[in-house]
Amino acid sequence: MRTTVSRAKVLGTVALASAALVLSGCAESERSSDSDGGDEGASGGTFVFAGSAEPVTLDPTFASDGESFRVARQMYEGLVGTEPGTADPAPLLAKSWEVSEDGLTYDFTLETGVKFHDGTDFNAEAVCWNFDRWYNLPESAQTDDLTYYYGKIMRGFATGDRADNALYGGCTADGEDQVQIKLNAPFAGFVSALSLPAFSMQSPAAHEEYQDDSASDPRTTEYSTAHPTGTGPFQFESWERGDRITLTRFDDYWGEAAQIDEAVVVAIPDARARATALQNGEIDGYDLVGPADLKPLEEAGFQIVNREPFNVLYLAFNQAQKPLDDIKVRQAIAHAINKDEVVSASLPEGSQTAIEFMPPVVNGYTEDVTSYEYDPEKAKQLLEEAGAAGASIDFNYPTDVSRPYMPSPEDTFNVLRSQLQAVGLKVKPVANKWDPDYLDKILGTKDHGIHLLGWTGDYNDSDNFVGVFFGGPTSEWGFENQELFDALKDARGLPTIEEQKPAYEQINKDVMDFLPGVPLAHPVPSLAFAPEIQGYQQSPVQDEVWNVISIEE
Amino acid sequence: MLRFVLRRLALLVPVLVGLSILLFAWLRALPGDPARSMLGQRATPEGIARINEEYGFDEPILTQYFTYMKALLSGDFGQSIKTGEPVTEAFIDKFPATLELGLTALFLAVVVGVPLGYLAARHQGRWLDSFVVSGSLLGVVTPVFFLAILLKLVFADWLDLFPSSQRQDVRIDATHITNFYILDGILTREWDAAWDALLHLALPAIALATIPLAIIVRITRASVSEVLNEDYVRTAEAKGLSTRTVSRRHVLRNALLPVVTTIGLQAGLLFSGAVLTETVFAFDGIGRYLFQAISGRDYPVLQGFILFIALIYALINLLVDVTYGVIDPRVRVS
Repeated sequence: MRTTVSRAKVLGTVALASAALVLSGCAESERSSDSDGGDEGASGGTFVFAGSAEPVTLDPTFASDGESFRVARQMYEGLVGTEPGTADPAPLLAKSWEVSEDGLTYDFTLETGVKFHDGTDFNAEAVCWNFDRWYNLPESAQTDDLTYYYGKIMRGFATGDRADNALYGGCTADGEDQVQIKLNAPFAGFVSALSLPAFSMQSPAAHEEYQDDSASDPRTTEYSTAHPTGTGPFQFESWERGDRITLTRFDDYWGEAAQIDEAVVVAIPDARARATALQNGEIDGYDLVGPADLKPLEEAGFQIVNREPFNVLYLAFNQAQKPLDDIKVRQAIAHAINKDEVVSASLPEGSQTAIEFMPPVVNGYTEDVTSYEYDPEKAKQLLEEAGAAGASIDFNYPTDVSRPYMPSPEDTFNVLRSQLQAVGLKVKPVANKWDPDYLDKILGTKDHGIHLLGWTGDYNDSDNFVGVFFGGPTSEWGFENQELFDALKDARGLPTIEEQKPAYEQINKDVMDFLPGVPLAHPVPSLAFAPEIQGYQQSPVQDEVWNVISIEE
Repeated sequence: MLRFVLRRLALLVPVLVGLSILLFAWLRALPGDPARSMLGQRATPEGIARINEEYGFDEPILTQYFTYMKALLSGDFGQSIKTGEPVTEAFIDKFPATLELGLTALFLAVVVGVPLGYLAARHQGRWLDSFVVSGSLLGVVTPVFFLAILLKLVFADWLDLFPSSQRQDVRIDATHITNFYILDGILTREWDAAWDALLHLALPAIALATIPLAIIVRITRASVSEVLNEDYVRTAEAKGLSTRTVSRRHVLRNALLPVVTTIGLQAGLLFSGAVLTETVFAFDGIGRYLFQAISGRDYPVLQGFILFIALIYALINLLVDVTYGVIDPRVRVS
């Protein structure tokens, strides 16, 4: 009996072992032999960075989210970049440019000797190909969810219902490095807008082979998920959906070559979990540090890098809901809020309180707006006058989210609630998960009261703030104010920044008198890095390219 | 036996059809719509209308259901709304991770649970027994997500003994063949990769194993103590058989039947635990993918994945029933 058992056991073991041998015989390690460091010159190594979500697509034409842009900025470049640390335009693929006096003709001189990752040349012809591609996108791709930035900035395409408004008037290539772009109407923000990743130069050859702009969802085509091809310091290696994107250094990069060999981008939605991952050495850096993690990380020797705030956090009123349609009630709420307390209790250190719906560096910002200083007595009195003393209002706020302008909405909500209750308002909290419930409710329905939301600017343009909020009737704000809508439309069409300045200043004043919401603060967005990461250059508009960073031993 | 298996497989069809109807109705009843989730803060009414039209979400729900079933019958589970990936492909891609996690957890639960339960029964009323019983009670009542967060906080955050997320350090240049990372490491002899994957697996597997472990302990203990009181055990002991022979041939074999049922049921339940565990540990398996699909109202993924899981659950149950026959020949007849 005993012998039978052990024989079976022996047989089993032998079978298992041989199976393993056979299997391992055909399984080869695919490791590259030079992966164990020892690279000459550059610092080398792998830089692991965590964002809060996965990118949506790798074709930046079809992207409008920060995570897609983050990865795009490593792989692609546009004609125009930004001055390091500012939102101001600077040469990139275009060495220089000249604007005609009527503001309709732009002459760009390009860098030469630039190659796309697929080995083809970047030249004047490629530039025109890119502009023509955007302009001629099929109608199925002309919606805001796909081509938000092109549609918004260039106002229309060759076809479709916005064709008459289209700004683009054609592109002419002259030799290898001269490009002329014509506009149908002057647009002061044109050069600045070209710094957006949506205007990245992409390889025509790679598009020919892998992209299909008329696909039902061009964000998930072969090009958009596996063959993104630009001129940037990093090239695409792989994208494991739901997990990570791997980029490697592009050795033929025309500019300052990357020092690291490889960059890996992972998505960790929870801010606390990102901090843990950094402390455990699983990642080397991450974006959107939670306010509560700042101190502990700094004390533990990690680096905190602050961006200059280029955003606004606001408390919005839905005027479709009573009693918020009453200006006195809105003023009362504005007076009831102590912005300093909101900042100190729920926002990162260094955040500034806001007096209008754009940060100070944006054109058209003015100190000369009606400010509603903290005055609970006045608030009570105004409520009394409006017959709304002790009124009950819905207060919507999101959960499970941190945005650059809203790192911990629950905390912000709590501060505001107690301030509103202090003037006798009955606050009815309505909490929803950020995506999709909260956005759905706030932006898609009338079913909300006062609520928290905000915005991070994409490039230095006034319309990108007030125009986004108040450019037309929306269910978020629930008001019709044709005068304001018209003023914004007119300001957008002015040819130069100088002419736009007084127009936007007036708009900011009018908005703060109309008081559609209370601008609360310009919160400082923070990044955190391991001590050995050197040289990260932060940018208010998140134009952060990783060729400049190195990893110290 | 073959007829039994075939009949059970045939019964699966109405079960899955019923489930697909329930799922369809349930998903459509959820608040929030996928178009809004896809388009985010920049959604326009036109964009939402376009998405709804493209995916047929504007059709009556019955029409949607029949379109879905028609595609399903030809093996097409549709594509993820968010990534455009075919649902089947995504499942095959992520499944090894969950299987690796689930099998490890189940292995832990069985290897620790059965002996513990047995020992507790053998030492009934003594300190070992009370310790095991109260410990398992604690295990049963602790929600898996709480335990996962606790383990992560203590062992990854404070003590820094284990990694807190992912399946493998992204800096390790590992070759993946089967997508079972530990197995891959062994097959390619990339020992550091295998070891790293094992470290990453440890906390999630322990978290996931706890509830089944506790339940297995309790069932084994109850079942063994019942068998210990049986006449044939007394007879066996009376005729002078060694304790080892009695416990192996008479006690364990007879006590195992309910334990196997429990293991089978727990194996199926591991999937629901995996959704939470994988999410907490950012473990890239079907559980995490499913969680993301819920947040994004990714209907095709939710429908497809839940149907797959139901199918696997049913197959595990079938396997359990077949195993009965092996353990207890009396069951085979029926």
